Parts: sequence; C-alpha cells; structure tokens
Amino acid sequence: MRLTKIATVAAVAAMMGAGPALADLVFPSLSYRTGPYAPNGIPFADGYADYLTLINERDGGVGGVKIDNPECETGYNTEKGVECYESTKNVGTGALIYQPLSTGITYQLIPKVTADGISLHSMAYGRTSAMNGKVFKWVFNYPANYWDGATIAVHHAADMEGGSLEGKSIALVYHNSAYGKEPIRTLEEMSKEMGFKLTLIPVDHPGQEQKSQWLQIRRERPDYVFMWGWGVMNSVAIQEAANIRYPMDHFIGIWWSGSEQDVLPAGDGANGYKSLNFTGVGTDYPVFDDIQKYVVDAGKAAGDGTNLGTVQYNRGMYAAMLAVEAAKKAQELAGHADINAAEMRDGMEALDVTDATLEALGMPGFGPTVSVDCANHGGSGAALVQQWDASAKTWNAVTEFMPSDRELVTKLAMEDSEAFAAENNIEPRACE
Amino acid sequence: MSPAILNFIETCLNGLMAGVMYSLVALGFVLIFKASGIFNFAQGVMALFAALTLVGFQTGQVPFSHLINAIFGTDIHHWGGGMPTILAIVLAMGVMVLLAFLLERFVLKYLVNQEPIILFMATIGLAYFLEGLGDLMWGADIKRMDVGLPSGGSFWWEDLTRAWAPADADYYGMYIDTLDVSAAIIAAILVTGLTLFSQYTATGRALRAVADDHQAALSVGISLRRIWVIVWSLAGFVALVAGILWGAKSGVQFSLSLIALKALPVLILGGFTSIPGAIVGGLIIGVGEKLAEAYVGPLVGGAIENWFAYMLALAFLLFRPQGLYGEKIIERI
Repeated sequence: MRLTKIATVAAVAAMMGAGPALADLVFPSLSYRTGPYAPNGIPFADGYADYLTLINERDGGVGGVKIDNPECETGYNTEKGVECYESTKNVGTGALIYQPLSTGITYQLIPKVTADGISLHSMAYGRTSAMNGKVFKWVFNYPANYWDGATIAVHHAADMEGGSLEGKSIALVYHNSAYGKEPIRTLEEMSKEMGFKLTLIPVDHPGQEQKSQWLQIRRERPDYVFMWGWGVMNSVAIQEAANIRYPMDHFIGIWWSGSEQDVLPAGDGANGYKSLNFTGVGTDYPVFDDIQKYVVDAGKAAGDGTNLGTVQYNRGMYAAMLAVEAAKKAQELAGHADINAAEMRDGMEALDVTDATLEALGMPGFGPTVSVDCANHGGSGAALVQQWDASAKTWNAVTEFMPSDRELVTKLAMEDSEAFAAENNIEPRACE
Repeated sequence: MSPAILNFIETCLNGLMAGVMYSLVALGFVLIFKASGIFNFAQGVMALFAALTLVGFQTGQVPFSHLINAIFGTDIHHWGGGMPTILAIVLAMGVMVLLAFLLERFVLKYLVNQEPIILFMATIGLAYFLEGLGDLMWGADIKRMDVGLPSGGSFWWEDLTRAWAPADADYYGMYIDTLDVSAAIIAAILVTGLTLFSQYTATGRALRAVADDHQAALSVGISLRRIWVIVWSLAGFVALVAGILWGAKSGVQFSLSLIALKALPVLILGGFTSIPGAIVGGLIIGVGEKLAEAYVGPLVGGAIENWFAYMLALAFLLFRPQGLYGEKIIERI
C-alpha cells in the first residue's frame, strides 16, 4: 500500500516537472497516512481516492474529463498542510477543491483560498460559522457542522428521556483545543433553554491519561456524557467510561469520536457506545459492488481493500461523491466540461443532492440530502446516531437522519460570521 | 469519614497509580542515561515498537505484509491463529535485544567519545527510524493489547470503602483500576529485579562501573560495546513492559510514543541517574498532577495536569538542580 502511495506521489511529482498534467479536474487530497492520527487518515484518504478512481474507471471521469487526485502528506500538521496546499494548488490546470481534513489546516487555508479563488470543503469540521456563504464565499462545510452535532446529541438525549431534559445533567468531555471547544456555546444556550445542567471537562492533548476527568464523572454521575475528542483521546475515554461502568448508551460522541479505531481497543467494554454520523456504515450499498469491481479487483485501490465499509472510508467516499456531484453541477452551469475553480465554486453553491440522487448513485440513504445556496454553505445539518455492537464489531444506526436545531445554529453562526466579517473588513454578499 | 476526605484519598491513590505508569517509562531513560550518558529521545518510540511487535506476534500478523504485497502482488496479512501471549512476549523481547545489538553495531560504535548532543541527535534519528519501521512492519491501524491483565474498577475495593462513608451519604465507594494495580506490582518486581541484577551479578557490577567511569571500566577489561548492548536490551525490556501496560490502557497506536512526554517531569524531579528517583519522582508527579486537576483545575478551567507536572518538576529544580536522587556534580575550575 505504502509503495503504491510512494509511486503515486512520484508520478504526480514527475507530471508536475514534465509539463501539463493529463487530468483536467484536479481534486488534491491533503491526507495523513503517517503519525498518530494515521489510523483515521488512511481509510478516509482511501475512500476519497477510490471513489474518484471509480468515476474515472467506470464513467470515464466527470462529463468525459478525468479527475486527477494528487495526494500530499500532511501528517495532520498545520504547517505541512499549508505547504501541501501551496505545492498542489497549481497542479495541472489548477486545483478545483480542497478537503484539508483538519480544523487547524482549515483555519490557515481560509484566507488563502479566499485570495486564490479556490473552494475549500471542510466537511463537518473547521470553522462552523463558515456555513454563512454571505461572508465565506469560498468555504463550505456541508452537510453538517459541530453546532448541528451538539443540537442533535441534545435532542437524542431528550428523546431518550421522553422529550425533556429538565433537571438532567450533561458533561462535555472535550479536547482542550479550538475544535473541542466548538460545541460549548451551543450547549450553553441549549442548557438555558432546556433546563439541563452542563459540566465542562477538558482533556489536554493527546489525552492518554484521563483518570482525573473520569473520577470527576464518576463522582458527579451526569445523566449523559458527550465527547468532542480525536485520536487516542477517544479510545482512552471509552475505555475509562467502561472502567467506571458508565452506561455506554448514555455516552455520545461527535462524528470524529465514532470510528472503529476509537472503540476496538476497549473491546467488549465499548459495547453500546454511541456517536453521531452523517454517512451510512457497512458495504450494503450498490456502489460498493462497483468499487469492488472497477477499483479493488482491478488493482487500482488506494489501500488494500480491507477498509471498505468502515466509518472513515465511507466518509471519505461521501466527500468525494459530493465533490463529483458539485463538478457535474458546475459543468452543467458553465455549459462545458473543462471547468475552472470559479465555476467549480458555482457548482458547489448550487449543489442539490436529493434522495433520488443518492439512489441513482447506488447510495440510497447513505447520507443526508444536501442543498446548498449562496447564503447557506452548511447543507441541511442532519446526522444520525449510531451505536457500537462489540460482539459483531459493527456500528448500527439507531436513528434516521435527524434534523438539527437550525434556528439556533443559524443564529449563532450569523453572530460569529458577522463578527469575523467586521474584523476582516469583509462586505457580506447580498445573496438575492 | 466524610465523602470529601474519601474523595481526597481516592485522588491520591489514583495519582500514585498513574505515577507508577509514568515511572515505568522514566526507568528506560534512566537505565540508558546512567550507563552511557545518552538522553534517549527514542524511549517512547521503543515502547511503541515493542508493543506493536508483541501484538503482531500475538495475532499472527505477517511483518512487512504491505511491502510484500506491493512488491509481489500477493495478498497475505496473517500466517494463522497467532501464538500464545507468553511466547509472543519472549519473541518481542528477542526483537528488542536484536535491535540493541544492531544499534550498537551500526550506530553507537561510531559515536564513542562524541559529545552528548551528538548522541542525543542520534537517538532522535533512531526515534523516526523506529516509528517508520514499526509502521512498515505492522501497519498504522490501532491494535488491541490483551495479555490477560485485568482492567476496570475493583468491585471489592468499592464495596470495602463504601462502608467507610456515613450510611446516609451518597457515596459509591473508592475507584481503583485493577490494571493500575497490576502495573504497580509489575513495576515493583521490575525495580527489585533491576536492583538485584545491578548489585549482585558480575554484569550488573560491570554496568555500574561503566556508569561511574567509562575509561576506568575499559582499563580493567570491561567491554563497553557489550555493556551498551546489555543496557539497550534492558531499556528495550522496560519499553516492552511500558508498552504492554500503556497499550492496554489506550490500544496500541502511534501516539503511544508520546508517553515519553509524561516521563520528562519525572526525570527532572527524580534525577536522570537514579532508579529509585524515577519511582519516587513518578509517584510525586502522579499525585501532584491529580490533586491539582481535582482541586485547582475547576478554578482555572481545567486540563492543567500536563503543564502542572512540569511546573512541579521545575519548582523542585530551584532547590535541588540535580533532582531528588541525582548525583551532585562538582567541577573544579
């Protein structure tokens, strides 16, 4: 697998040095296949690459134009991520869309893509208020953001309590970083509105030792624990929750705290743990038959084919699908197949992925419907709740895609984005 | 006793247990520094590599399978059902000894009499090399470490301590993780074993001689190269133990190498050359950071234990620059 990657990177480098690239639609992949976060980065990058390969091999590209997917290793390091952006943005006829796969890199790239006129898709991560397209013209974070996630987790807890959280308590165990702090404001607002007590429990990076935090949880016995974690913090928290015999079905993680890599180390103790997700899991979708046939069996897979159906692989695949659908829309709007970055942005802003679209793509019910427009770059905000079955080693969806509290999320996003616009002298677009 | 006092005792106990885990990592640093004056930057990665190797053997993974598959177009990942844990531990230890031998043969041999900073830089290179080698050999996915050690809260201790609180108090009993208790017992055996080895065996005495004075040891016929292989093997053994226990807590993943960060304040506090210092330093850091997190953390927003450990160690340095048990260096000008 690694040799394949090296060969790919070498080929891309050779193409860059030799002259114009053959592929016209350039979707660079800022991936991390090394370092502490590689267990999550590898399947995501594989899913992203495999779906694009499928489109090239099965359909001959998008509108007859092949997709080039130059990959650059960031190691989940912000500085390297920025270097990767700079080194790939001029590949071929120029990059059309970036998926930084890191909140830190996203924050650094927002001013750069805005200046360069290249779209940035921080799918359910990054700066939440980027959902306001009036301010963030080149940034998209559909189909959902962290604040959507916070409201969905609260509503799921309320559903479990028969509709009310009055007098209940929720503890938020979060990575002590900008990412981990994202849901605090939303949860504080909801706490006032719904009458539950909110306790904030930060965990310092990397989160290998969380005894203090879980002793506190054991003493205070909150009715629910939410988690905004990443990497080793997730698996340690789940293990500690199991150790103190916290009821795992009352422990709910954000989508970045809900992959197989997070629960497997805890063994049977992780049984019943829940997390949010915005894609389906498993391979029970027709599109996987095509991936198997045109990509894996043909020896063109980015990995060894063992990650198909895992949470992060499916997420990467979903991200690639959204990019491809946006490119199709861009070609439709532009009236030609050879689109540029500005036209790609127009396509993203007019993206409309319906249930029928997903059905036609062999992905029925795989993700929420996504409808983007000039003002709303955040999609529908829907997500489902999945639960880990330790004996079968599988995630099972326990809810349908649930809507978020978009009224609250939009209110908060407007406040934040307008403050950002004022600080940076940005005149919000009219979006008539 | 009131629940507040019981909670305080619980925090101290859990701090002591966490401290033992830090000490296990610090021990590897001390062993190498004491015998060769090298601050081994790669100690955390050695723990990761040892744990990866153990789980790989245990689960029957074929090393370098991705490489083999990429070159020969094969599709092999496992050779069968794995092997018994004890055999996997022995083989993993064998790999660490082999690593020590190769390290001496191809790196350290050429660095005799070099400045400490050069040796330190070599261990930085070693850390990156081992991390890459571990990835190439065993893959980057997270693995479960299961060597049969118990884990989870102790019911017996909870029931026993629940009775210490007043009957009408809403008290669940004290929490103690059985994995931490196992770690404490293993650490005690390890330190006793290392102490007996260094005090009562010829090799141990040779180790101490080298630690005291390289040139004097060489002049009486002690082979520095052999001693280095032994010391790095011992550090590999300690890394394997630390890798097993930390791996059981968090799974075997590449961030396991970051446990070295937990050992640094222990070393600052306990001294770089003392095995008892590593133990006592670990216990002080463990208790200190847990008490700080529990009682000071809520006042300042929490998540203070990481930096508090360093603050505590630095505060000690003001009074004992050589650490609690370190050797006081007096040089005449």
